[in-house]
Formats: sequence, structure tokens, C-alpha cells
Amino acid sequence: MDTTATTGTEENVWGGGNKPLGASYGKMMMWFFIVSDALTFSGFLAAYGFSRFKFIETWPIADEVFTHVPFFHGNYPMIYVAFMTFILIMSSVTMVLAVDAGHHMKQKKVIIYMFLTIIGGAIFVGSQAWEWATFIKGDFGALETKGGRVLQFVQADTGERAAIADFAVPLKENRIANTADKGIWFNADESSLTTLSLNEVITGFKADPNILIRTEKISEEGEKTLLNREESLLKLKDAVRVVEGANLVRNEYGSRLFADFFFFITGFHGFHVFSGVVINIIIFFNVILGTYERRGHYEMVEKVGLYWHFVDLVWVFVFTFFYLV
Amino acid sequence: MAHEHKLEIFRGLWKFKSNTQKIWGVLAFLTLVTTIEVVLGIIKPDFLIKTYFLDMKLLNWIFIILTLVKAYYIAWDFMHLRDEKSSLRRAIVWTPIFLVVYLITILLFEATYIYDVFKNGFMAWDF
Repeated sequence: MDTTATTGTEENVWGGGNKPLGASYGKMMMWFFIVSDALTFSGFLAAYGFSRFKFIETWPIADEVFTHVPFFHGNYPMIYVAFMTFILIMSSVTMVLAVDAGHHMKQKKVIIYMFLTIIGGAIFVGSQAWEWATFIKGDFGALETKGGRVLQFVQADTGERAAIADFAVPLKENRIANTADKGIWFNADESSLTTLSLNEVITGFKADPNILIRTEKISEEGEKTLLNREESLLKLKDAVRVVEGANLVRNEYGSRLFADFFFFITGFHGFHVFSGVVINIIIFFNVILGTYERRGHYEMVEKVGLYWHFVDLVWVFVFTFFYLV
Repeated sequence: MAHEHKLEIFRGLWKFKSNTQKIWGVLAFLTLVTTIEVVLGIIKPDFLIKTYFLDMKLLNWIFIILTLVKAYYIAWDFMHLRDEKSSLRRAIVWTPIFLVVYLITILLFEATYIYDVFKNGFMAWDF
């Protein structure tokens, strides 16, 4: 059952046959790795909790950020993430079925189940890439104030979010990006222009009485505070720039840390899924080549399975703390 | 490698004939829990949002508890912790739980303090 060569003295404690805690060397090391990796992820999620509690009254509401489903228009909060969660749990199931088939030395079944696991992992990574692309692109656009707070827009009659592109008035302006080749290397903030200028949004806002401003602050009902028209016009004076989509510096959804943590935590998890898929593919080819058949056991499949389940386990927590809570 | 599996979950309430059946049973349970979470997240019942327990909405407590339930079944049945020796299981489970609870307690207290400073201190940050 060992992956290393065996000698005749296996039954002696000092002869190399000792298995502490009843687990083989490789499996125990995988468990130790998982424990340390779990602590890393916990550190990230705890830091997320820290920042969120710090800005508890202004944190973006996840339901309003992740509302898209590929190929469908409209507002479907959480549906797609729930689908992603299900895909990952499903691929965990095919993985554990592969491990089970390995215990019974059924090579064909291990191949099929490993293949399905890899497909599931690929679908998940693809979905996450799509989720990132949608998040980076943004939907409505917003303005940022001097203090770095985000102002979003709402239609007064319907109560729905208003996109800045819908009410901004196009102006003939001469806008120049301050790039390094024009001698301005110190102001990276203005090195690329937003599609709409601050002036265009402000002019459009003043011309359309149906648009109101929504601040980051969460009211007692758990919704963002909506200003009336006079307050909105007053608040508009604080705006200093247009924000479209999200990057590591600022995002149109609200608190800057929100996007940073989103990129960092889901990115780190996505990287784990990606490496899991790669390791699964390696083991998959080993199974096809009959390596484990000749070795006499499929413990490698079990070990890579442990890693794969761990990735699923982490996602369960990310799902809760990013999308639900 | 432990070839024998313990084939019952929920403390023996639900027994299975084979390991494969147990896997599908656990999947059904995990899917049910995820569905409950998503449905609660979409409806957001008024009562659960307005009731607070230990400074957090009841709904959030429900989400966190359901997550821990899911984590338990993934670790116990998919990662076969149920079939490992209890000494290994305890070494794996209690070490992170102790450290994480410690870290979270400290960080959340600190964050609440900073929130108070932002709110009540002589400092404007929302302008």
C-alpha cells in the first residue's frame, strides 16, 4: 500500500512500517497541506470580515452587484452563483465516485469519473472568468466624491437603477488623457478617459428631473439611502470623477475594499481550482496509462481527491461570505 | 487505506447499502441546503432581517450555520474523515477551528472599535 519500495521489515515500528494515525505518508502530508491552506483562506476571509465590520453601514449589497446570468437579460441575483456552487459540489461527487471506483480497482470507471470531474472544474473556472469580466465591465456607472465615496443613480418614477449613459448629455469637449508620453507620469489616475466625462453626467443630471442620487449608506431597512431631488443636486457638487466598472483602485459598486477583496479572494480560489484541474488532468492520464493498476492501488486518486474536495469546501465559505451574508 | 466505510449519516438516522449510495445521499442533502440558502437569500424574510442576535441579523446566523453544516458533510463524507482514526480527525479539525475562532474574535472586535472611531470621532470620511 506504500508508494515507496517496501522491505521485509515492514511490520516493525522502526522498520519503516509504522503509520502514525493510521494514514499513509502521502495522505497525511496532503492533510497537513490542506490544514495550512485552510488557515490561509481563513486569514483572507477574516480580513474581509474586518473591513466589512469597519464599514458596516456602507458596504455594497451583494444582491445588487451580482445580478447577471449569461445569455439572459434582466435582474437575477444569486442564480448564477448558485449554479456555480452546484457545479462544484457535483464535481466533488464525481471525484469521490472516482476514489470509490479506485478502491475497487475498476480502471474504466475511474477514467470516466475523473473525466467528469475535470469537465466540472473547467465549467467552474470558465464561469468565474465570466463573473470577473461582468464585474470589471460594470453596469450602471457612478460618480465618485472627494472622499472616495460612490454616488449611484436611481430613476425617481420606477425606483430602478439608472445608467449614467442613459441620462448623460453628450458635450463637445476636448478631453486629453494625461499619459506619460505627454510628460504627466505622476498621475496614473487620469491616464485613461472614462467613456463619459464628469461634465456630461452632471449636465445630464441637471436636465433630467427624474434622476435621483443614491448614497452608499445603508438605512435601517437594509437598503441604500435615496436622496430627494434637492439633496441630490447638493450632493452632486461633491462629485469629482466618473467611475465605470471596477478595478483595484475604485469600483462603481461602492467601497473600494469590496472590489479588492473580491478580486483577491475569488482570484485565489479560482487559482486553486485551476491548479486542481491541472493536477486532475495529470492523474487522469496516469490512470489511462495504467500506472496505478500496476502499482496495485489508487491512492494517488484519493490524495488528489482530497485537494479537490478542499477547493469545494473553500467555495462553500466564499459563497456564504461574499454572496449571501 | 481504509476500505471499510461507515455507511450511515445523521447519527444513524439515514443508513445506506453501499458507499456509492451514501455519496448520492450526501449530494441530495447538500443540494437541499444550498437551495434553502439561495431561496432565503432571494426572499429575505422580514422577520429574519429585523431580528438581531449577538449584533448580527438572524438570517446571517442561519447562513453561517448552514455553511458549517455543509462543510461538515463535505469533510466527513467526501474527504472520508468519518473513516479516519479519531486522533487524525481531531488534529485536522480542531487546530484550524481554534486558530480561526481566535483570529475572527479579535479582528471583529477591533473592526467594531474602528467603526465607532469613524462614527463618533472628530473625523469626517463620508464627504
